[in-house]
Amino acid sequence: MKLKVNGTQHDVDVEDDMPLLWVLRDALDIKGVKFGCGVAQCGACTVHIDGEAVRSCQVSAADVWGDVTTIEGLGTPEAMHAVQQAWHAHQVAQCGYCQAGQMMQAAALLAENTAPSDADIDDAMSGNLCRCGAYPRIRAAIKTAAQKMQEA
Amino acid sequence: MSRIGTIARRTFLVASSAIVGGVAFGYYAYKRPVANPLLDGLAEGEAALTPYVRIDASGITLTTPRADSGQGAYSVQAALIAEELDVELDQVRVDPGPPDPAYYNTALAADAAPFSPTDNSFAARSTRGVMDAMLKFMGLQITGGSTTVPDSFEKLRLAGAVARETLKAAAAQQTGVAVADLRTARGAVELPDGETLSYVALAPVAATLEPVNDVALRDPSTWRLIGKPMERVDIVAKSTGTQTYGIDMELDGMVHATVRTNPRRYGEMLGFDDTAAREMRGVLDVVSITGGVAVVADNTWRAFQAAAALEIEWGPAAYPPEMAAHWQTLSDSFVEDRLDTRFRDDGDVAAMLENATDVVEVAYRAPYLAHQPLEPINATVLVQDDRVDVWTGTQIPRFVQDNVAAITGKDTDQVHVHVLMMGGSFGHRLEDRVVREATEIAMTRPGTPVKLTYSREEDFTHDDTRQIAMARGRGVVRDGRVEAYDLGIAMPSVIASQMGRQGLPVPGPDLQIVAGAWEQPFAIPNYRVSGYRAPELAPISSWRAVGASSNGFFHDVFLDELIHAAGADPMEERLRLMWHDPSRKTLEAVAEMSDWGAALPEGTGRGVAFCLSFGVPVAQVIEVSSTDAGIIIDKVWCAAEVGRVIDPIMFENMVQGGIVWALGHAMNSEITYSDGMVEQQNYYDAEGMRQYQAPQIMVRGLENSGAVRGIGEPMVPPASAALSNAIFAATGTRVREMPMAKVVDFV
Repeated sequence: MKLKVNGTQHDVDVEDDMPLLWVLRDALDIKGVKFGCGVAQCGACTVHIDGEAVRSCQVSAADVWGDVTTIEGLGTPEAMHAVQQAWHAHQVAQCGYCQAGQMMQAAALLAENTAPSDADIDDAMSGNLCRCGAYPRIRAAIKTAAQKMQEA
Repeated sequence: MSRIGTIARRTFLVASSAIVGGVAFGYYAYKRPVANPLLDGLAEGEAALTPYVRIDASGITLTTPRADSGQGAYSVQAALIAEELDVELDQVRVDPGPPDPAYYNTALAADAAPFSPTDNSFAARSTRGVMDAMLKFMGLQITGGSTTVPDSFEKLRLAGAVARETLKAAAAQQTGVAVADLRTARGAVELPDGETLSYVALAPVAATLEPVNDVALRDPSTWRLIGKPMERVDIVAKSTGTQTYGIDMELDGMVHATVRTNPRRYGEMLGFDDTAAREMRGVLDVVSITGGVAVVADNTWRAFQAAAALEIEWGPAAYPPEMAAHWQTLSDSFVEDRLDTRFRDDGDVAAMLENATDVVEVAYRAPYLAHQPLEPINATVLVQDDRVDVWTGTQIPRFVQDNVAAITGKDTDQVHVHVLMMGGSFGHRLEDRVVREATEIAMTRPGTPVKLTYSREEDFTHDDTRQIAMARGRGVVRDGRVEAYDLGIAMPSVIASQMGRQGLPVPGPDLQIVAGAWEQPFAIPNYRVSGYRAPELAPISSWRAVGASSNGFFHDVFLDELIHAAGADPMEERLRLMWHDPSRKTLEAVAEMSDWGAALPEGTGRGVAFCLSFGVPVAQVIEVSSTDAGIIIDKVWCAAEVGRVIDPIMFENMVQGGIVWALGHAMNSEITYSDGMVEQQNYYDAEGMRQYQAPQIMVRGLENSGAVRGIGEPMVPPASAALSNAIFAATGTRVREMPMAKVVDFV
């Protein structure tokens, strides 16, 4: 089947019900998307489909309805997205394993809501687990990114 | 200021050695040189070095042997070297190095000896010294016990200083300019005329010189890096999704495996039917391994699907199948013949209790808890004729190396362990079952790399959990004061269970049974803490803060109950009883930060708690509000005495994270067994804290003690106690067990 990921068209030979997570990681070797729980409890596998944040462990390959963006497509070390810049400036990460998913979720939030309140951040971000407990920095980084995107 | 002459006498000497195209700086190990891991191919006699700095044509490499599970260990270790070496962190490569006994962890010993960290008597110091030698003997290259910073603080700076001075000597020899006229910065020696000679260019000359050992460590007032905000070496990668972890391993021809082993831990597999699994797409093999079955497939998901399709018959567990029997075992353990330690026995507790008519008597419980870092455990192993390679995130590379050698029948030096970045650990990667299983699977496919990945459910099922523990307190108050405090704690031995899986007997008492309780610096006139060793139950291991994770809760909530019974103010009475000055200052700091005593709105309450663990006194104040929807944790203030804050940003992040960790688990998490199997299967069963529950956390690091300490664990023990004490202040309900959601609702 055909998949467009980060602007590149791929043709993959996988089962219809293979979760997008595993298509990305094992078939396409895109490793920024992380396996955490497999049941949409942790958000580590969050990617965008047509700009919407989804848990890629819960989307079957055959059901992918649009263009897929992973953290690699959001920005790169040389050209970071505003969310990544804010994550970098606040030094949010500890182990960092959840952070790709956190950033994808935050980017989707900010695309819809340019000035999220604390309650908006709680609503959007509470599905993303951070076992290291970097929540205070995640909240601060989202606010910084929002400000930056408004100025841009 | 430490001069190397005085330090070297009691520990080690910095040395240098030639390597291909350059030079390596490090230590001769304790008393007798230990063979060097990085200098294979050198002539004999040159190989007695434990290198921390390598400079060759490819650049400058700093070796950071303590593993990084997210706590920033690589950054801290690199910064300590860079401070004296005069390189910037963006100029160096940071490499964890191979497993080797030379990278022993001396700081772990300080917490294994039966003297409280506030005891600096001769007996205490000399016993710590003996423990130090024992650890060295065992060659424990362990990351744990919050020891990375204390272990590295002098060693790594000296390595950097000697390297710098030797490179300057090389420059002096090459240019004829006196050493005194040379400066160093950004990985180069600067001549008076402004010309610079890079360390890389000087390395071959430096290798021919005797290392310059007469160096003094720089005065803290001149530090460029230590104590200031630094950029973590991994922060760009971790902010862009480009950091790779063990689970991201890819090798040519690699196959993917997963396992199902007996959920009734230690039990046997009676039989299995793999007919359906073998017919599934991508399945390459199904193999028996110790305690269960492995599926090998051409990708991870297909391995998971096939493993789920296996039909397996499991034998019984080696411990009681239901929780009631676990709790009963603890309850039955408060008896003389299970008394393990009673290092704290001040005054005459027995007489006080006997003569009092109003003894306060309470009991507390703390459950098994899973570690469950977000990266599921994994290991990649390649078995070949003459060598075995292991790629994994581990805190115990030396044990991994020995165990893989034993399984494969290879020599230890044929096993090459490559330590990879860990997506969290919290103690989980002090176990190595995943590597042993991956090795067994890889032995069935010589020459083919095998990556074993656990499903989250398998990881929960086989998490060697935090200890289960129970405590009983009896106390007496008089005239508004706490007069008698008697706490008994019962748990199985974490260390015996954990080391048992490594085949190591651990003689003598287990200090973890009373850690975080017996050594608290309170001058209660009649004060006793007894540790009771329960028989082994389900497998347990080191979970962030180990014994103190439960005991800090027991000790401080009981103290809070007595202070309440005495009618005293929780802060004032703790301060009155506190004899240890650096500890007192943490309480004074949180009182000031939180404006303790200020009027609070109806339904809001504050609790204070204190715990000294891993040598770090920590005081916390928590504010909660009681609402119709349940308890909300609003604010936390935390003051910790750490001797020296290496990096204020990493410090704040780690302190906040430790508190979030402790509060999340205290609220809603436990592991329970039924029919011998773990009941919790994924995060929906043991959630921890989420963003909407995270309080504001105000942090202050104090630097009064002079002893540099790590902060990964010490924030955990007081947090659950402060939460319980705050809930009592807000609601009048005393929560004596975790998870607290069994007693009160949380929003």
